[in-house]
Amino acid sequence: MSTADQAPDDLDPTNGSVAKQYDVEPVNRRDRQEPLYAPKKKIYPKRTEGTFRRLKWIIMAITLTIYYVTPWIRWDRGEFAPDQAVLIDLMNRRFYFFMIEIWPQEFYYVAGMLVMAGIGLFLVTSSVGRAWCGYTCPQTVWVDLFIWVERLVEGDRNRRMKLDKTPYGPEKIAKRTLKHTIWILIAVSTGGAWIFYFADAPTLFVDLFTGDAATFAYGTVAFLTFTTYTLGGHMREQICTYMCPWPRIQGAMLDEHSLTVTYNDWRGEPRSRHQKKSAEEGKSVGDCVDCNACVAVCPMGIDIRDGQQLECITCALCIDACDTVMDRLGRDRGLISYTTLNDYNHNMELAQDAQGRIAPEKVHTKDGRITDTARRTNWRSIVRPRTMVYFAIWALIGLAMVWHVADRSRLDLNILHDRNPRFVTLSDGSIRNGYTIKILNMMPEPRTVRLSLEGLPGATMTMPGAADAPRQSLFLDAEPDRLRTQRIFVRAVPGSVEGAVADITFHVQDIFGSEEATYEANFVTGEE
Amino acid sequence: MSNKPEIDEVTGVETTGHEWDGIKELNNPLPRWWLWIFYATVVFAIGYAAYYPAIPLINDFTKGIGGYSSRAELHKELAAVEQSRAGLVQQIAETDVADIPANDQLMRFAVAGGEAAYKVNCSQCHGSGAQGGYGYPNLNDDAWIWGGDLDAIYATIAHGVRHEGDDATRFSMMPAFGVDQILGREEITGLAHYIRGMAGLEHDQAQAQGAAESFDINCSGCHGTDGTGMPALGAPNLTDAIWLYGSDQDQLVSQIHDPQHGVMPAWVGRLGEGTVKQLSVYVHSLGGGQ
Repeated sequence: MSTADQAPDDLDPTNGSVAKQYDVEPVNRRDRQEPLYAPKKKIYPKRTEGTFRRLKWIIMAITLTIYYVTPWIRWDRGEFAPDQAVLIDLMNRRFYFFMIEIWPQEFYYVAGMLVMAGIGLFLVTSSVGRAWCGYTCPQTVWVDLFIWVERLVEGDRNRRMKLDKTPYGPEKIAKRTLKHTIWILIAVSTGGAWIFYFADAPTLFVDLFTGDAATFAYGTVAFLTFTTYTLGGHMREQICTYMCPWPRIQGAMLDEHSLTVTYNDWRGEPRSRHQKKSAEEGKSVGDCVDCNACVAVCPMGIDIRDGQQLECITCALCIDACDTVMDRLGRDRGLISYTTLNDYNHNMELAQDAQGRIAPEKVHTKDGRITDTARRTNWRSIVRPRTMVYFAIWALIGLAMVWHVADRSRLDLNILHDRNPRFVTLSDGSIRNGYTIKILNMMPEPRTVRLSLEGLPGATMTMPGAADAPRQSLFLDAEPDRLRTQRIFVRAVPGSVEGAVADITFHVQDIFGSEEATYEANFVTGEE
Repeated sequence: MSNKPEIDEVTGVETTGHEWDGIKELNNPLPRWWLWIFYATVVFAIGYAAYYPAIPLINDFTKGIGGYSSRAELHKELAAVEQSRAGLVQQIAETDVADIPANDQLMRFAVAGGEAAYKVNCSQCHGSGAQGGYGYPNLNDDAWIWGGDLDAIYATIAHGVRHEGDDATRFSMMPAFGVDQILGREEITGLAHYIRGMAGLEHDQAQAQGAAESFDINCSGCHGTDGTGMPALGAPNLTDAIWLYGSDQDQLVSQIHDPQHGVMPAWVGRLGEGTVKQLSVYVHSLGGGQ
């Protein structure tokens, strides 16, 4: 790294100014005249290190791995079904997820997952604020990745700012070309990985290069390449601030017990660039040295010291940056920290003097540490009735779905009674009704089922067009993983039915297995 | 409006200086790229309106430089469908109607095509579900006045019933026993009882027995001595449960006294071989085909 990037290293509590101040201004400063249409202010997030940065690297590695690797996992389902573990087969309207196969009419599982995702969002947000935004949102993950590439090629904040200002020369052109090439490669592989979820990945991978893939596949890759490159490389924080509804929704889910990234002004204010001098002059000084490190590292380009704000995705990088500075100054960490509004208010009460001004000496010991009466980040605030209720609902839905999936039948029967004519009188006086039988064999193996009928003694069934004699039950072959539609006629012997309508039950049973399904239907006689 | 921007107390955001009934507009600037996207949509809209038919005029509309027309598009698609079907229709026309079921592809096409043709040409009399009605035979059941195998159904549809313009039409004429004074009132009443007896319906046994001889003389020539009818002559089966003009005593008397004779047009000239064969296969597939 260049010397320019090592700004915090020259922190020296002995010189007049305690810490070098970054020349940075939050993008959303409110106290100056703005035009009606504001130009985008470029943000140069500075590199930082610490607990949350490490956590973000780990989460990035996990989420990207899941995204890129999942379509390549194989899962043997026998010869009649694809062997891709996760596959959305739109052409055949099947969704495969490891041992689970979902047919379109079972889409309620997906609805259940969405309900779980919604309640999970309530749960996470009410406990740790906008953690989704800060750590796992694809926009955040990919922007993080793109910024990492940018830093690798062009250097850290100061170098990037300098490079932006220098006129185009061989070095700048080379760096820019390299950066955008890597960005586009990432974008292409992002779009490329997406389509693998919708077709057999190894086949499609080869087809993509030989030109045999569907036009739609190329179109999707192109579109996702464009969006990834634009959103990750260029739009970045604009997506979160102006386009995404999540910040608005999530803001409404926070309460006074939610952990959010907070600047603890009760110990930081009054901030001072010249702490020693101020102290000597008898002014009270807080912990904040106004070094702007928190603003310089912020990928959203905001100043967390302005309080909680819509733009903040709570990535907690400012915590890392501030902790680094506090460590170097020999002060307690946590000037910026995950804090609940409740704890913040408690500490603020401790720190205020009679006039309601912040008096830092009230929360500091003589050697500059924070008094024990002040509350610190307490992760136990996550466990409280509200989050427990969310968790209980979330878990209940999950368990119900697991139980339902485990218990569901893979053989189903649907029957449509002919509407017109509803019945036909035959020459011997017997009554015939027509039905369209739909047998759903949801197993990836061929099956033979026996179709029988209850509620009409002596009634026989025939398949139109088949030469077979009428029978009391029919044996039908069902193709693997397919719906079989079969027209049948049911013929009731004269005098066997009383009344205008008889309630009957159709029944299918796998002749080699135990699965069965029934369907309640009507037999119309036409009698008045 | 003063030169110094006013700052809203609650939000700390400056106002634009615009005020309506005490409500002040805050200046939360829109990003400029958003404005550019708005301009881009305007440009797109202009291009779109120029390329496609867009603006209604008093008697007409702007045609657009692209020459697009959804009607022309439809015609093109219909022509393509027509062309893709031509081969099969031709094949059906050249195949003997009784051989169609043996060819699975032809059969499926014929049944589907026959159903469509049925809805357009036949449903007016026979009903949309081919369920028939008073005087119009039900095509789902297994009773056939003129025969229920594929060839017979084909002949009936192709040449019609009592259709004057077709020499090969199905023709039969039951005498009007009452109107033409062949039989007296009592004889006709007795015959009706006799017929109801053959069909297993409630009847006066004494009167029925008295008409047995009359049935042999007057009716069995066409309907058969056992009353089971003769499809070659279009004489319906009188012993089954299916009655075109009803099985009540009065209805039978009326039919013997002055018979109604249904008429069906000949279709082969109007629809062509292929379609008539498709219709035959469809009607045959309804469940009663022999």
